[in-house]
Amino acid sequence: MDVCAGSVRGELAERRKMAAVVRLLFRGTVGRSRARLARPAATAARRSVAHFTFVPDPDPTQHGPTQKMNLFQSITSGLDNILAKDPTAVIFGEDVAFGGVFRCTVGLRDKYGKERVFNTPLCEQGIVGFGIGIAVTGATAIAEIQFADYIFPAFDQIVNEAAKYRYRSGNLFDCGSLTIRAPWGCVGHGALYHSQSPEAFFSHIPGIKVVIPRSPIQAKGLLLSCIEDKNPCIFFEPKILYRAAVEQVPVEAYQIPLSQAEVLQEGNDVTLVAWGTQVHVMKEVASMAQEKLGVSCDVIDLRTILPWDAETVCKSVVKTGRLLISHEAPITGGFAAEISSTVQEECFLNLEAPISRVCGYDTPFPHIFEPFYIPDKWKCFDAVRKMINY
Amino acid sequence: MAAVVGLLGRRWRGLGRSLGGCSSLTAAARRPLSASHAFRQQQFTSLDEKPQFPGASADFVDRLEFIQPNVISGIPIYRVMDRQGQIVNPDEDPKLPKEMVLKFYQKMTLLNTMDRILYESQRQGRISFYMTNYGEEGTHIGSAAALEPDDLVFGQYREAGVLMYRGFPLELFMAQCYASANDVGKGRQMPVHYSCKDLHFVTISSPLATQIPQAAGAAYAYKVSQADRAVICYFGEGAASEGDAHAGFNFSATLECPIIFFCRNNGYAISTPTHEQYRGDGIAARGPGYGIISIRVDGNDVFAVYNATKEARRRAVAENQPFLIEAMTYRIGHHSTSDDSSAYRSVDEVNYWDKQDHPISRLRHYMVNKGWWDEDQEKAWRKQSRKRVMEAFEEAERALKPKVDYLFSDVYEETPVSLQKQQEALQRHLKMYGEHYPIDHFEK
Repeated sequence: MDVCAGSVRGELAERRKMAAVVRLLFRGTVGRSRARLARPAATAARRSVAHFTFVPDPDPTQHGPTQKMNLFQSITSGLDNILAKDPTAVIFGEDVAFGGVFRCTVGLRDKYGKERVFNTPLCEQGIVGFGIGIAVTGATAIAEIQFADYIFPAFDQIVNEAAKYRYRSGNLFDCGSLTIRAPWGCVGHGALYHSQSPEAFFSHIPGIKVVIPRSPIQAKGLLLSCIEDKNPCIFFEPKILYRAAVEQVPVEAYQIPLSQAEVLQEGNDVTLVAWGTQVHVMKEVASMAQEKLGVSCDVIDLRTILPWDAETVCKSVVKTGRLLISHEAPITGGFAAEISSTVQEECFLNLEAPISRVCGYDTPFPHIFEPFYIPDKWKCFDAVRKMINY
Repeated sequence: MAAVVGLLGRRWRGLGRSLGGCSSLTAAARRPLSASHAFRQQQFTSLDEKPQFPGASADFVDRLEFIQPNVISGIPIYRVMDRQGQIVNPDEDPKLPKEMVLKFYQKMTLLNTMDRILYESQRQGRISFYMTNYGEEGTHIGSAAALEPDDLVFGQYREAGVLMYRGFPLELFMAQCYASANDVGKGRQMPVHYSCKDLHFVTISSPLATQIPQAAGAAYAYKVSQADRAVICYFGEGAASEGDAHAGFNFSATLECPIIFFCRNNGYAISTPTHEQYRGDGIAARGPGYGIISIRVDGNDVFAVYNATKEARRRAVAENQPFLIEAMTYRIGHHSTSDDSSAYRSVDEVNYWDKQDHPISRLRHYMVNKGWWDEDQEKAWRKQSRKRVMEAFEEAERALKPKVDYLFSDVYEETPVSLQKQQEALQRHLKMYGEHYPIDHFEK
């Protein structure tokens, strides 16, 4: 489907170098990050400067030996674990055989054979339909859609077929062993069809699960949960993190539970909810709010969009009384609307300000205007400021 | 894009070798007017050149000629017996034993009897919807009989005869149409959306053609697990226009799947005649375009359908490749109970197929010719089959509907918290307002 995959990959490599430079320049301390905040737009005008800073999670200790991996490597590692353990598991999609346009399947075909890791014809509705069929026989099907932007040709197979298979058959047949992976989210210069965040379209479909990780550790654990879950899952991989996010990831298989949000940082004044790359923006916003406004924030990574963890979010809002939700996708009909409405129903007596949604605008995702389009830390920070002053 | 360029690069280098080990060809290609390039060209006449394009294996031709589709004299229609039930070519006679042929006939007529009763029942408002199989009974039974019992079936919705042949009980057909508590589908789908795990018949769904790439995937899984099983996938000629049909055909060929695509070409997709559906030589002619071995059969000839399916099944499993069978039939009934087909086709046309060329009457001729069937047996069987259908019908009508809780289960394997809350909310609601709902008709 995608004519630009190769060039995007090339530019990603360029970005990686740039992101590494950014990390070196601004690694870690609060004092330094304040310096960065104070620095005006000299670098912001350069399109390749990341709109977020990835800070690795602490090295995990509970799952055995770890290895330094970026996000695409942690995906490969998870897929490797599954192929080794589950003889029925197969991986397929456009260009996965040589390693994938984002390198997520490198080496797997050589290790597990061409019947288990193979290219399909260029046809998304075929890829998902084919994957459903494999799953109907009980085998594990891991389908790749090259960009989330190109998942729409398969919308019918996902909405009308995959999601409803178990229900409509009275549980006689199901496609629970199907997982669909797709690169997701903005990438700096992806424009209309290499930037989309389509999770809200899928959040309106009872019967599927939608999962989005924020980091290599999260990606592997959540992907393995998706693959082993008994329901069809869509796993969106923030492609801007494929190379930019690096941390220590367990080599062996491990799982991170679905439908459980994670509280990354505790605070008392405002709850910040996001998923994917936007979690890193939120973490920075929390630091900015603390430094500039003396406001302490709960930062929550939602992780699973459907079925989502309303309990964790509501519990936090009961404590803080204020909620900001942020996503890259357009605001109207975005998943923040669902969260906002639910929290309003559940936490009406605790809310001290209107719930704020800082999202993409209701436009297609633009090319040169990306820095103005995305809900960056300044837009989120301003929303926090207004919310506190409400 | 980089990968494509890489591949091209390799191809160019290969070409260089085939032209006499010229290592500088790629350089020459960048400068097409260079002296060395012109020199090399002179060494060959154009007749010696062979095409090297990766996309197709073909010769050059030096005259402009477009390929014409052959729609006047299309792919011939394979038949084994004529309209009077006489075997045309003894070499093709499958010589099936009497018991098997009787089974063919009884299953076809039982389906026909069930169709008549359920059609009437819908007209009386006793079930909400129905679709008959009139005129296509031969395609179902002939193909089902040629399969192994554990071959997986993906269907469209007009293939109830396949389930009938495999022994799906009348009670369960009725339970599905009535959405009674006995329905294995828990009353969730519209009538005729049958399903049976034990008989390897995948649940029917309404969206057309979605089952086609799914069937290819299932066949691929069987190949990988060396299950020695085939998959058969039925669809109408209208559904073949969907993008999913293209996907399924192409995937099955490139991924070498043991699958039989079985197209029921009955002339209509609701009101749309085939000349508004396609302009090629039907569906069978598309198969070779995908590299799929294809055949067209007389769908009113149960033996022709049987022979074609039997051979396709044998080769699909042995060779791991797809087969396409297009069975030519005529949709004698209305599209569904929501359709009056006299609005778009003549009664005379329908009558021809019902009276002159029907799969059931043709098989009856064959059986009578053989001395295996007579008028008395016909009468007795009609009476008996009608009685069995009516018994199942009455039982389904008397039965309660499934538990209301089945509205909520099986959405996911487990029931998410949010859904549990919605289920509890309905329960609370019914406690207060139950009198306004038909709860007495549902199991507790």
